Amino acid sequence: MADDVIVTEALTKVYPGMDVPAVDHLDLAVRAGEVFGLLGPNGAGKTTTAGILTTRVVPTSGRALVAGIDVVAHPALVKQVSGIVSQQNTLDRQLSVWENLYFHGRLFGMGGRDSRARADELLETFSLSKWAQASVYALSGGMAQRLMVARAIFHRPAVLFLDEPTAGLDPQSRLALWDLLAELNGAGQTVVLTTHYMEEADQLCDRVAIMDHGHVLALDTPDALKRSTGADTILTVKVDRDGEKLATALAGGLGGVVSTRVAGDVVTAQVRGGERLVPRTVEVAEAAGVAVLDLAVAEPSLETVFINLTGKELRE
Amino acid sequence: MTTLRIEAHPTRSATAASRAALGGLVLRDLTVLKKTFGEFVLRTLIQPFLLCFVFLYVFPKIGQAVGGSGAGAAGFATILVPGVVGISIMFQGVQSIALAMAQEFGFTREIEDRVQAPCPIWLVAVSKVLSGSVQGVIAAAIVFPIAAVVHAAGVTATVNLHWLEIVTLVPLACVAMASLGLVLGTSFEPRNIGLMFGFVVLPITFLGGTYYPWTHLAPVTIGHFHWLQTLVLLNPLIYVNEGMRAAFTDAPHMHLYVIYPVLVGFAALFLSIGLRNFRRRVLS
Repeated sequence: MADDVIVTEALTKVYPGMDVPAVDHLDLAVRAGEVFGLLGPNGAGKTTTAGILTTRVVPTSGRALVAGIDVVAHPALVKQVSGIVSQQNTLDRQLSVWENLYFHGRLFGMGGRDSRARADELLETFSLSKWAQASVYALSGGMAQRLMVARAIFHRPAVLFLDEPTAGLDPQSRLALWDLLAELNGAGQTVVLTTHYMEEADQLCDRVAIMDHGHVLALDTPDALKRSTGADTILTVKVDRDGEKLATALAGGLGGVVSTRVAGDVVTAQVRGGERLVPRTVEVAEAAGVAVLDLAVAEPSLETVFINLTGKELRE
Repeated sequence: MTTLRIEAHPTRSATAASRAALGGLVLRDLTVLKKTFGEFVLRTLIQPFLLCFVFLYVFPKIGQAVGGSGAGAAGFATILVPGVVGISIMFQGVQSIALAMAQEFGFTREIEDRVQAPCPIWLVAVSKVLSGSVQGVIAAAIVFPIAAVVHAAGVTATVNLHWLEIVTLVPLACVAMASLGLVLGTSFEPRNIGLMFGFVVLPITFLGGTYYPWTHLAPVTIGHFHWLQTLVLLNPLIYVNEGMRAAFTDAPHMHLYVIYPVLVGFAALFLSIGLRNFRRRVLS
């Protein structure tokens, strides 16, 4: 499609000495103007995918296009239209906050005057003007991350890549970064991010590709993915023993149970259309002779989707 | 932020973008050099100063001058002073490139943003060699006067400036040593930097002809084999120091038609290994 900023075709990466591919015949299309998320646990292949798209990982086979340009054939051209925020703080320690932006502009071919103006403008926009002359060592984790985003969009890239952008950030900085990304996207910035935080994918992304073992297991909007579970409520019951017994009892006696799962002392049931779910659960448990320690109901999340697809939790 | 202006497609050719990126990379390095110039001068001068102070001032004062007393000691000064310039050029290559790269490739990964510049990856390494070479030339310029003035009375190096050799051999030596720095910086993991100093940098400096001209090594033999004189031919610093002797003094030195091609050869060898290593470190 003409509006696709990123296209991959049967993209595969096998690292030397590894038997299993890190990315296995991946077909993706990212549309202009959307926030696209690659969600999955460590080792799912999302960082490798982002690495290929940002020209740092050489694919074993298949093809990847960014802004219509082949990343293997013309990496230097692809870099002209990509902005990258890595997981780590990669700010230049030898330069001040302002210089980190200014020299980025010079690297991307902007003249001294343009680069100065854009550096000033971005520090203002990102509320970092006060720190312009400071060493990057003086920045907090959240501010450093903001500066990296400012640096990444300095040259007005067609795609902004973020690799686990909020890993290691405090909750407040994480929310601030989400707001910032939403604002950038609102202004037309295409964003591709990798994350293993389901809330992040849910909150930020227009579409999410759930990945595991180098494959995309599901790809849709967060809402559609959640609807695909068939449940509208997730019931979590903590017991001290007899978890399996309770799971069986719930599946038989509660009505509308789509699936159940026992992990240690926690029984989870995905339920559709449950009225008075809490009292009825207690009744079913008592009838089965199982003591309930704790009980919670929640809406399905992307975590639920992931569990349904893989049989394991995202955080494992 | 109302609407962003976004470059949906590359606006410049790869060549034009690469040229600009190279300029930006070198500008960044020179800005850092300017900001830390005091530090640069100190670390550049301390070793030459100590070498001259100990060998050309303290030793003659306490009656153990190298080369005997009087003319012998002055003769040693003439040998040492260009050697000190040569060793400074080499240390510049190690410090401005190998050590900087160890940090930038190490836990901070600061090199990331420069590696994402819209140019081929090898050009990022070339820019390092270029700015490292500039630092080498500056180092040579500030070390030479120190080396020529720090000495005891009478222990004076006989300096004779051969400008053609100076303006060709000094930059060539700087490029070769900066390229050596690139090889070292991309071959050793940051945690093995101590190993690099112990097993590479020290042998190169002590067996690099700083304290003696190569021609004087002939008496070191096993049977009739001049083993040391032959072995040190593998050491690139020998050619740098011999070149400095040719450029700054009338002391005996290796033939220029050996020095030039071998230095060019070493520069090309180190550069090709260094660029290959650099690419390997960056890509996976």
